[in-house]
Amino acid sequence: MLQRKDLIDLNGLSEQEITAILDRAEEMKQRLRRGEKNGTELKGKSVITLFYENSTRTRVSFELATAYLGGTPVHISASSSSVQKGETLIDTGKTLDAMHVDAIVMRHPMSGAPVLLAKTVSAHVINGGDGMNAHPTQALLDMLSMREKFGRIRGLKVAILGDIKHSRVAKSNLFGLTTMGAEVYMYAPKTLIPKDMDKLGAHIASSREEAVEGADVVMGLRIQLERQQGGLFPSLGEYSKFYGVNENLLRLAKPDAIVEHPGPVNRGVELTDGLIDGKSSVIEDQVTSGVAVRMALLDMLCNAR
Amino acid sequence: MLIQNGNVVFLNEVKKADIRTEGRYVTQIADSLTPLAGEEVIDATSRYVFPGLIDMHVHLREPGFEGKEDIASGSAAAVKGGFTQICCMPNTNPVTDNAVVVSYIINRAKEVNLCKVRPIGAITAGENGEALAAIGKMKQAGAVALSDDGKPVMNSQIMRLAMEYASDFDLICLSHCEDKNLLNGGFVNEGRNSTITGLKGISRAVEDIMIAREICLAQALDLPVHICHVSTYSGVQMIRDAKKNGVKVTAESCPHYVALTDDIILSFDTNTKVNPPVREEKDRQAIIAGIADGTIDCIVTDHAPHKATDKNVEYAQAAFGISGLETSFALCYTYLAEPGVLTLPELARRMSYNPAKILHLEGGEIAEGKVADLMIADLSKEWTIDSASFVSKGKNTPFNGYTVRGAVECTIVDGKVKYSA
Repeated sequence: MLQRKDLIDLNGLSEQEITAILDRAEEMKQRLRRGEKNGTELKGKSVITLFYENSTRTRVSFELATAYLGGTPVHISASSSSVQKGETLIDTGKTLDAMHVDAIVMRHPMSGAPVLLAKTVSAHVINGGDGMNAHPTQALLDMLSMREKFGRIRGLKVAILGDIKHSRVAKSNLFGLTTMGAEVYMYAPKTLIPKDMDKLGAHIASSREEAVEGADVVMGLRIQLERQQGGLFPSLGEYSKFYGVNENLLRLAKPDAIVEHPGPVNRGVELTDGLIDGKSSVIEDQVTSGVAVRMALLDMLCNAR
Repeated sequence: MLIQNGNVVFLNEVKKADIRTEGRYVTQIADSLTPLAGEEVIDATSRYVFPGLIDMHVHLREPGFEGKEDIASGSAAAVKGGFTQICCMPNTNPVTDNAVVVSYIINRAKEVNLCKVRPIGAITAGENGEALAAIGKMKQAGAVALSDDGKPVMNSQIMRLAMEYASDFDLICLSHCEDKNLLNGGFVNEGRNSTITGLKGISRAVEDIMIAREICLAQALDLPVHICHVSTYSGVQMIRDAKKNGVKVTAESCPHYVALTDDIILSFDTNTKVNPPVREEKDRQAIIAGIADGTIDCIVTDHAPHKATDKNVEYAQAAFGISGLETSFALCYTYLAEPGVLTLPELARRMSYNPAKILHLEGGEIAEGKVADLMIADLSKEWTIDSASFVSKGKNTPFNGYTVRGAVECTIVDGKVKYSA
C-alpha cells in the first residue's frame, strides 16, 4: 500500500509503490468500463481541487474520481494573479484545513508550491501539476495505459518529444518510467531541453529518428505558442518540420507502438492529425486511465491503514 | 583596557601576547603586561584575539525596510558576529544615492553606537543603471564605495563612466555581476537540481559575462574594480587570470558559497534562495581554492535579512538572501580554518585586513598605534546554529541546525566592549 500523507512527485517513489498504485488503478478502470460509478471508498470524505491554473481534464477527472467513490468534490478556482496578492498559499491551506477537508488536489504555476502546502496542512495533498516540477498523476496514467497495452513497463522504450524543458509531465514520466525499468529517450530543440537532463537517466537523442526507432511508446508533449513568442524556436511551422512526429517517423517505431499525449494537443505541431486519430493513438484511453489513477490514489491516500 | 594571555592573530603569525588599549587605540603589545591601577582587564586565556572583522557587503534595510532589519538590529547582529565595521548596500528606500541618505545612515549608526557603519552609495541614481548618482557628494558625506548591488549596471558605457568618475574621489565600484537578459527570470543554479525541481535556473554565464566585462573595463581603463559575491568556478578562473595579468580586480565571496551546494534546493526551503545562487561542488571547491590562493580577497556575508513572510511563500515568490552576520565567523572557521585551507592570519586577512585595504578603512590588523577594533573568540567551542536566537530581525538562514566551531565571545570597537557573550 501507499504509506504516505501526500503525493507530490514520483521521484522518490519505489517500484513497489508505483506498482501498487497501478494495480489499484487497473481495478478502478475495470469498474469504469463496467459503468460502476457508485463506489463508497470516499464516503464522508471531502476532496478540494485548488487550481491556480486552468485545467480541464486533470480537474474534472479528480472531481469525477471523487464522486465515483462517493466522496464530495469541491472546486476552488484561484486565478494566478491572486497568488501575487491577497491570501498567501499558507493562509489558504490553513483555512481549508480548518474546514476538515480530507484531501487537497492542487495545481499551481510555481514549482514546489505543493511542498509548501503539504507542510502546512494535515489534509492529504496531491500534486495536480506544479510549475515545471512534477505532474505525478499524469505520469501514472501514462504508465497505466502503457502497462495495459504491453502487460509490463520494464524494458519498454519510451520516446518523449516536445517541450521537455517546461514540461512537468516529461519529468514525472522520466522518474516513474526509469523506476519501473523502462528506457526513456527524449528529443527536442536544444532550447527546449533543460540542463543536465541526461544526468537524471534520460537518453537525449541526437535526432528524432534515434528517439523513435524501435520505440514501444511515442509521447508527444504540447508546444505552447508562448515558447515561440519567447524565441525558443523560430515558428510552429519550423518546429513541426524539424521536430514534429508524423506517420513516416512512426514507422521507425515498433509495429505495435502506441502514441500518447497528455493533451491538449496542438494538432499538426507536435503530432500530425493522422497520428492523433490513428490506430496507434491511445490518447482517449489515457483520459479514462486518468480517472482510474485518481480514484486509486484518493482511495489509497485517504484510506491508508 | 588590558587583554591578557590571548593568542593574538597578527598579520603573519599567531602569538601569545597582552594588548593594552587607551582611548580608541592599541597602545602597547608585549609578551606580558601588568594591569595599571583601575585598568579594565579581559582574561583571554586559551582564547584568540582577532582584528575586528570587517564586512564590506551587508544590507541593513534602513531606511525603508525596517520590518526586515534596521541599523540598530543589524549593528547588534554585527557585533555579536565579531564585526566592528560593516559596509551597507544602497538598496534602501529611498535608495542611498545621495548625501542625505548617507548622512542619515552614519548619524543613525552613531546613535546606535555599536559597530561602525560605512555606507556604500549607489553607482547610478535610483540604482536604475542610467545616470551617475551624486558620487562626489556621497563621498563627502562618508560613503566608502559605490555599488548598485542587487542590480547590475547593464550599460557598459555607464559602468565605464562610473569607474572613471569614482576614481577622482578615490572610490571603488563594487559590481553585482548579473546579465539581466540572460538571467531570464532564473533564481537557482541552472543544472541537475534546477531540472529536478523545475525551479528556473541561472546559468553561470549570467554572472561570468559581467565579471568578464568588469575585468575588460578595469584593464582598459587601468582602474580598480571589485567583484561582489563570486559564486562560479569559471568566475574564479577569470579573476585569477586577470590578477596574473596585472588587472586591478579584487573579489569577495560568502560563507554560503564555501559551505553549500545546490543540493539544498531539493527541499524547496526558501531559506536556500540567494542571489547569486549556491551552485555545484566544482564551484564550491573553486571558491575555496580561490579564497586559499588569494584570488578571492575577502569573505563577506551579503547579510540579507528578511521577514518570515518574505520567505514563507512559494519558492519563486520568496525573497533572495541569507541573514549571515551571526554565523559568518563560525562557518569560516569551521569550513576554512579548521580544515587547514586558511591559517588564522590568512582568515583574518580575508575577513578584516583585505576589506580595510580595498576600501581604505581603518582597522584590519592588530598593531600598536592602530585602532582598537578587536574580536575575541573561543575556537574550541562547538555550538549549534539556531536562527531563533539571532538578534538580527532576519532569521532566514539555510544553516539552521548546523553544528559549527568557533564562537565570538567579545567584540571591542574603538577600545570599548560592544558585545560580550
